[in-house]
Amino acid sequence: MRVPLSWLREYVDLPATETGRDVQAKLISAGLEVETVEQLGADLKGPLVVGQVLTIEELEGFKKPIRFCTVDVGQANGTGEPQEIVCGARNFAVGDKVVVVLPGATLPGGFSISARKTYGKTSHGMICSSDELGMGDDGTKGIIVLPPETEVGKDAIELLELVDEVLDIAVTANRGDCLSIRGVARETAIAYGLPLRDPALLDVPGPNAFGYPVQVADPLGCDRFTARTVTGVSPEARSPIWLQRRLQKVGMRPISLAVDITNYVMMELGQPLHAYDRSRVQGAIGVRRAEEGEKLVTLDGVERTLHSEDLVITDERGPIGLAGVMGGANTEIADHDDVETASTEIVIEAAHFDQVSIARTARRHKLSSEASRRFERGVDPAAAAAAAQRTVDLLVLLAGGTAEAGVTEVVTPSAPHTITAPADHPDKVAGVEYGRETVVRRLQQIGCDVYGQDELIVTVPSWRPDLLEPNDLAEEVIRLEGYENLPSTLPKPPSGRGLTARQRLHRRVGRALAGAGYVEAPNYPFVSEHVFDQLGLEADDPARRVVKLVNPLNDEEPALRTSLLPGLLAALRRNDGRGTHDLALFETGLVFQPRDGRAAAGHLPVDRRPTDEELAALDAVLPEQPRHVAVVLAGAREQAGWWGAGRPAGWADAVEAARLVAREAGAALTVRAGQYGPWHPGRCAALVITADGTERVIGHAGELHPRVLKALGLPARTCAMELDLDALEQVGDDTPQAPAISTFPVATQDVALVVDKPVPAAEVEAALREGAGELLEGIRLFDVYENEEQLGDGKKSLAYALRFRAGDRTLTVDEASAARDAAVALAGERTGAVLRG
Amino acid sequence: MSAPNKSYDPVEVEALKPEEIERMRDEALAAFAAADSLDALQEAKTAHMGGASPLALANREIGALPPHAKADAGKRVGQARGAVNKALAARQAELEAERDQRVLVEEAVDVTLPHDRVPAGARHPLTTLSERIEDIFVAMGYEVAEGPQVEAEWFNFDALNIGPDHPARGEADTFFVEGPDGGADSGVVLRTHTSPVQIRSLLERELPVYVICPGRVYRTDELDATHTPVFHQVELLAVDEGLTMSDLKGTLDHMVQSLFGEGMKTRLRPNFFPFTEPSAEMDMLCYVCKGASVGNPDRPCRTCSSEGWIELGGCGMVNPRVLTACGVDPEKYSGFAFGFGIERMLMFRHNVEDMRDMVEGDVRFTRPFGMEI
Repeated sequence: MRVPLSWLREYVDLPATETGRDVQAKLISAGLEVETVEQLGADLKGPLVVGQVLTIEELEGFKKPIRFCTVDVGQANGTGEPQEIVCGARNFAVGDKVVVVLPGATLPGGFSISARKTYGKTSHGMICSSDELGMGDDGTKGIIVLPPETEVGKDAIELLELVDEVLDIAVTANRGDCLSIRGVARETAIAYGLPLRDPALLDVPGPNAFGYPVQVADPLGCDRFTARTVTGVSPEARSPIWLQRRLQKVGMRPISLAVDITNYVMMELGQPLHAYDRSRVQGAIGVRRAEEGEKLVTLDGVERTLHSEDLVITDERGPIGLAGVMGGANTEIADHDDVETASTEIVIEAAHFDQVSIARTARRHKLSSEASRRFERGVDPAAAAAAAQRTVDLLVLLAGGTAEAGVTEVVTPSAPHTITAPADHPDKVAGVEYGRETVVRRLQQIGCDVYGQDELIVTVPSWRPDLLEPNDLAEEVIRLEGYENLPSTLPKPPSGRGLTARQRLHRRVGRALAGAGYVEAPNYPFVSEHVFDQLGLEADDPARRVVKLVNPLNDEEPALRTSLLPGLLAALRRNDGRGTHDLALFETGLVFQPRDGRAAAGHLPVDRRPTDEELAALDAVLPEQPRHVAVVLAGAREQAGWWGAGRPAGWADAVEAARLVAREAGAALTVRAGQYGPWHPGRCAALVITADGTERVIGHAGELHPRVLKALGLPARTCAMELDLDALEQVGDDTPQAPAISTFPVATQDVALVVDKPVPAAEVEAALREGAGELLEGIRLFDVYENEEQLGDGKKSLAYALRFRAGDRTLTVDEASAARDAAVALAGERTGAVLRG
Repeated sequence: MSAPNKSYDPVEVEALKPEEIERMRDEALAAFAAADSLDALQEAKTAHMGGASPLALANREIGALPPHAKADAGKRVGQARGAVNKALAARQAELEAERDQRVLVEEAVDVTLPHDRVPAGARHPLTTLSERIEDIFVAMGYEVAEGPQVEAEWFNFDALNIGPDHPARGEADTFFVEGPDGGADSGVVLRTHTSPVQIRSLLERELPVYVICPGRVYRTDELDATHTPVFHQVELLAVDEGLTMSDLKGTLDHMVQSLFGEGMKTRLRPNFFPFTEPSAEMDMLCYVCKGASVGNPDRPCRTCSSEGWIELGGCGMVNPRVLTACGVDPEKYSGFAFGFGIERMLMFRHNVEDMRDMVEGDVRFTRPFGMEI
């Protein structure tokens, strides 16, 4: 809502020295978000005067038509002689009154005016357009032509009210009353402790039987409908300058007198109005719900198919307006330019419609208008008659019309809203002792009637439909007493239990991966379904089942991720493209997996706690949203340097990242050869946990498939790991038990075992561990060797260092050798391993 | 080693004569002095101090002396051995120092060489700033609560007193989730704020409830320098008997003091949110200029645009309707809540000029933030 300070001053006697910024500060602390204070005409300097065009000479031979004019500016130029001015505009004639800026003046934007040679003539000033004066759009796209009665030589800065301050207020959804100068003036008056001259306090004739006939078929949707008629409206009458200027300052474009007046009164009082051309309305005006499928062309020229909940204004023929949202084209006030068809008889509607109904209609038709914005947020029903009266008065005054005596008022009476609250309720909410007297005074200030002692019975004013409950009243008292005066106290929460295991693991995993050189890169969860093809997923892969958005930002990416890889790989590609080629990135985040057989969410109550069953049913609608962790690597994992060669990132780094995460989780993770979509079939590890006795693959790690790298434009040998962190946490143990530390000497034994190449080292190691028994303290694979000549075709040698130790004695050589032999024997039995000779 | 001579021999032992002992001592001292390396010294030590050395042998002979001579000879041998030992230690120290000086000089390296073999990793500042804030409240006794990001509208709107027709619902820039049949009216959305976690906390936890709810939220804003459709909030909820708006103010003050230092404070300005009543916008004192830039054109402040205050987010007393929807008796309990965006705080606290830097995952942006901020 844009509020010119000059307009505000009409209703509140602010001290003359008070600036827009002062008012801004006061209103902000009272709760109105005044975002900016626009300084109109701040750098404007005269002389800027009214002139009358005396002669026009058309200059020929230029690319565009140019006029050389003489203009009478009275004594404003000091000589009284006609002013010679070159002008490019054409929308004026000899005898017209125009705005002339004389040499020595400065226009908005710091544009200094001096006499200058142009088009072979000397121009002593300019004839001005509204744009040049910083007035906003007046719809003419030319220079300003003033009403003929305007006095020549008069100061145009004052005439056009060019110097002003405009407060721009972001009105919150509850304060419909402040979408009017009246509402903002009331807040200003309260903030300054000054009286308000309420523009809605008008003498209004009572309703009678001669008014325009109105039938309200839906009193719930429309509890008030006032209709007034003005006849003999002059088609030539135009909006006076002051009216146009006020509309421009609040951000509206002047259109025609009748429309301008309804807009003006809406801005002034907050009551949306509609003006009908009586000659185009047939029969009684009605208010009803639309019939499903009914059609209406609204003022914006769009044909709308109506819904049975839409509230419509009708005449005998059918809908003539979408109530409270926008009028119909068929009863529009005709433009004054065409005198033949111009409207001379006008019916004015000032009605009050149901907030919810208007909100729904506006949303349904994606049609938000000045009217609907106000009705949605609450309009003062008691101001309707005054607004109609004000409109009538202005039509009579400015358009030479005659007010008809008939006054139609269809009203469904309703009791004013009252709230009962303890007098100390605001004190309890604020934690401050205001006392009853202050509470009552503040409530009265905003227009409430207050009765009662300890228990207050508060009748709220008609313009504050947002005041419904005791806390609403508390807020009014606290804000007027000043939020800035609230003391600062600290509550004493009960002792907390700290982070949950899941939360601690999440942090730990992030730290461990960062410690291992990975950089965290959180990505948007929006993906294209095409990416699953690029990742080489099978047609029936469950990861292809996605949650989709109705209104994605990018139509190419309508789905939510089921894997972190698309986002993380895109981040890797972006970094690579920007010249960083050695990359190790990680992300932890939710993925989204639709549940089988889900339904749409039911509507739950808000006036009580939903039952556990209702809540469970609601949760069942939501997708599973487990937290995953993923890493991607490309380029060098270790840099080359003075210490020697570097090492490219490889599949083993990705698998090690999985082991690192599992270690942080305290979870047993089995790494096994696997094959899955995005990964190189020969370099892919399946990551397996055992939960409740059942093995489950919770992710994969390794080098990505060359086809995937090509499809996604990734560097060669890019590696990746992704696993389900929540699943891992479930099998994790965050209370590891201390081992017994033996101080007896260690006995080490190395063995080299020859096995077939496809035998996984993990199986050999598992057999060695089991075979070696409890004397084995540790085992480490220290070499893998392949040599066809020495080992034979298809064989490899695995060299292990075994460390044996007993808790109660020094092991003899024989004991250690026996344990080693048992280990080798079991490895031989399980994997065909043979001790290398 | 041969066993000591314990048989009594009245004859004076040749080796124990004083001049003989002096000779042995002097030979040893000369040999040590002549040793020019640690190896040579080791050889001299074996020769003059070892088990087979003259002095060791002489020592063994003492047992064979008559009782009256034992003390005398023992003293002489002991003194000689002491002197030799001392000389050995001194020469040892001397030679070691010499070696150290030489060897350590030879082994010297350029310690300024870089060793960025595995470049450092880092956590994203949005993560670490969120944790920093969580920790402030965890230290006070609050617990961290989390919830789903794809959320039912009932949690995201209705239970928060944003009914189907509330204007705020239309202004929420919501991403709607398709129903199972592809329908648009599934009642499921991407959460537009972390407030649904407040509802879940009230439904699931025992009263009183003191929780901090960090997390990702979604709104249909295009990504540009100051907007991102996916961003992070931290919300706080306290519901207990007798909580007041002054408690809210104090809690906010405590937070900004913990994050920005002593003397920091917040300012509340009335505002409207459906889920709180009274509601307020919260600002914090500009931690850079502390308000000194206001009306002081000579000292403009970039951080607060010379406003003196930085807008943080929204807050208020939990609307009793919200409590009712969660089965909490508003006659008995009251609560306060606040929420704000982590991106914004990261921008002004760490001078991030473009929101896009936070979402693109460029390692050059993230690395300097390290492990914690």
